[in-house]
Amino acid sequence: MQDLIIKLLHLPPLASEHGAEVDRLLFLVHLLMVVLFVGWSAFFLYTLWRYRQRKHPRPDAVGVRGHLSSYLEVGVAGAEALLLIGLAVPIWARTASAGNFPKPEESTVVRIIGRQFNWIARYPGEDGVFGRGDVKFVSQQNPLGLDPDDPAGKDDIIVENSEVVVPVGKPVIAYVSSLDVIHGFSVKPLRVSYDAIPGLSNPTWFTPTHEGNFLITCSQLCGNGHFSMRGLLRVVKPEEFAAFLKEKRAAAAGPVSYE
Amino acid sequence: MHDHHAPPGFWRRYIFSTDHKVVGIQYGLTALVFLFIGYGLMALMRWQLAYPGQPIPIFGKLLLAVLGPDLADRGIMSPDLYNSFGAMHGTIMVFLAIVPLAVGAFGNYVVPLQIGAPDMAFPRLNMMSYWVYFVGGVIMLVSFFIPGGAAKSGWTSYSPLATIADPVHQIDGQTLWLIGMVFLITSSLLGSINIITTIIQLRARGLGWMRLPFFVWAQLVTAFILLLAFPPLEAAGVLQLCDNLFGSSFFLPTGLVVGGRPLEVSGGGSPLLWQHLFWFLAHPEVYVLILPAMGIVAEVLANNTRKPLFGYKSLVYSAMAIGFISFLVWAHHMYLTGMGTKISTFFQTTTMLISIPSVIILTTLMLTLWGGSIRFNTPMLFALAFLPMFGIGGLTGLPLGFSATDIQLHDTYYVIGHFHYVVAPGTIFALFAGIYYWYPKVTGRLMNDFWGKVHFALSLVFMNLVFMPMFIQGLEGMHRRMYDGGATYAAGPDVAYGLSLGLKLNIGISHAAWLLGLAQVPFIVNFFWSLFRGRKVESDNPWQATTLEWATPTPPPHGNFLEEPVVCRGPYEYGPVGPGRDFVPQHLSESPLEPAPVHVHGREPLTRPQLV
Repeated sequence: MQDLIIKLLHLPPLASEHGAEVDRLLFLVHLLMVVLFVGWSAFFLYTLWRYRQRKHPRPDAVGVRGHLSSYLEVGVAGAEALLLIGLAVPIWARTASAGNFPKPEESTVVRIIGRQFNWIARYPGEDGVFGRGDVKFVSQQNPLGLDPDDPAGKDDIIVENSEVVVPVGKPVIAYVSSLDVIHGFSVKPLRVSYDAIPGLSNPTWFTPTHEGNFLITCSQLCGNGHFSMRGLLRVVKPEEFAAFLKEKRAAAAGPVSYE
Repeated sequence: MHDHHAPPGFWRRYIFSTDHKVVGIQYGLTALVFLFIGYGLMALMRWQLAYPGQPIPIFGKLLLAVLGPDLADRGIMSPDLYNSFGAMHGTIMVFLAIVPLAVGAFGNYVVPLQIGAPDMAFPRLNMMSYWVYFVGGVIMLVSFFIPGGAAKSGWTSYSPLATIADPVHQIDGQTLWLIGMVFLITSSLLGSINIITTIIQLRARGLGWMRLPFFVWAQLVTAFILLLAFPPLEAAGVLQLCDNLFGSSFFLPTGLVVGGRPLEVSGGGSPLLWQHLFWFLAHPEVYVLILPAMGIVAEVLANNTRKPLFGYKSLVYSAMAIGFISFLVWAHHMYLTGMGTKISTFFQTTTMLISIPSVIILTTLMLTLWGGSIRFNTPMLFALAFLPMFGIGGLTGLPLGFSATDIQLHDTYYVIGHFHYVVAPGTIFALFAGIYYWYPKVTGRLMNDFWGKVHFALSLVFMNLVFMPMFIQGLEGMHRRMYDGGATYAAGPDVAYGLSLGLKLNIGISHAAWLLGLAQVPFIVNFFWSLFRGRKVESDNPWQATTLEWATPTPPPHGNFLEEPVVCRGPYEYGPVGPGRDFVPQHLSESPLEPAPVHVHGREPLTRPQLV
């Protein structure tokens, strides 16, 4: 069924757990749309043909009788209500409500920060806590303004090459934000899209189900480099992810300092 | 009501006229010019989308000569120029073309005639509203030629981008955009107050509320939307102007880092505040674009089915419901800004609710056809095509209205396809229907029907070839506002998935868009040719319509009616009423079988039976 939906709607192949529900809702809504449109069109074309002036020179004194139109309107409203209550709201509650987030200790927590015109990924390190930051500490070496006196920040890992690496099969909690203007963090095959807004840290979560390099699209106009603000979400094996963190930590422990 | 009008001189008559008809024509012609400019911007952008990075043929040299190598080096559109054209295409189409045409032109010209009024309630305000609009339009056009070019942060002008997009120039395109918007909004406010007062105060004797033509109802609801929705954006525009010019931070949060350096602003503002204020206007605005169109379609359908509208009252109540609910749906443009479940449920529910009156209107208009005697003239063809086209536009709003499916479709080409179906083959088709329909009242001559049908057929085909593939692009994952048409996100060996079909479709869409432009040539030629050479109308009521505008001389003189009209019946008394007669005009008090008086401008009123 999932494959059929993707084929019919020409969607990107699916690579996340919650995406199947999104796709099912997309499919059902499009089904409703097609049924309504075909029904309306059939009525429309038949009426135009049947009541053209040449064939029907004198209009009827009375038009449509009966309550067909009321039934149709109630039917549409009912179908919309069903989709809304049955599918749309539960999916949103699952991805957007704070109460339904997975536990941080069982997830990969990452901050994803947009700036003109690339992406920064930030991991909390072994302690699981992000260090404080302030704009007054911002410099070329310290783009996020990490507070050099905060011990929690010492082991934070910052990746500046527009790559976000996460392990497969485990929930990812992503805090999406921005340094300058509004960007959008959108990964089509994972059915993930969230605005990166300066001054806000928007949490979302998803569970990648397939390994691979998935394109991060900037989904909000962010300036003259917007079209090229391409990133990669690299979904890798858990071992690879551990190795990646270790390598980055070693690099950060080197000569680079945030003073 | 018969004040004596001394014949005014040329300037007072044609340029600074207070006559609602002249103001309406001024609005109409100006808006058509802007429609053309808005199309032109898009036609150039479509080259860049289809053939990214290649010099634009012919027009590339022109752009280079006019705008310089910063924006159009070697005739290639730069990213900044692309963003400017994108922002200005939207702004011009919405605020300078469609709304002025639907409300300024048709509202001004037709509403007083349809309610039997000698003019608008505030004629000077009316003139002012046009000239304020004109100044706003000129400011928008001038902004293309200032250093740095026109506004380039989308027609939505989201902060902080709108504030920092052009760090080099103090007075930049965005500044002029905001000043221009203040003029345009002021003009809309003046116009809407005028339309509301006119409809409430100046209806002819006997013209009760439920005898108003649906077009007048649509204009009334539209005017209320304009009146209530525009002020928040005017305020927001002034605040953003302060952010841009005077260093305030209404929409700028603390801690902005631009280009690796902290931005020298006080901070403490909220980018989301701008979005709320903007969409509080901009969603009701969608209904400003669509309601007058529905009004025109209702008039043309009733006239050309020779049958009363089916469910006139449900149309009226639905229009009112739309007007009311349109103020409660704005944040469905903002599902992905970090919205929790409760708020998103509220806005999803209101969004589904507003679809119900829209479905009722569409169904009602469609059921009107049943049992009619349908004449397929040019206005009717455009009005008929409006129904399925608006249907597609409305239906494709559903997956965008659910926040869960919006995750995948937000800001993709699916959205572009959706709202263009509503506004382009939807509203613009209705406006074409209105132009072909009321042209004989304005000019005394009919537009050529054959070339009208050619215009219609070609427009219908190319509109669909332009916008239908965009749904596929959107579902495939192509985002809007991409300077290279999404080529950065093409499928490649290093990524699991990328765009493929969507990029190919870009080329086809562009060609269809250019052909759509060519398809307007018959219209433009017909429009001007008919002015001098079109078939003259043989009566004041060439379509054999019931509403009051057809009871005036042709074209209507200053003051409109030769004698004060008294309304005796509802607006759509079509149907078999007697031998050889299938309609009774609203102002006819005598038995339906009596012949109707005919006024031809410049001659004595004469009496002649109206034969079907």
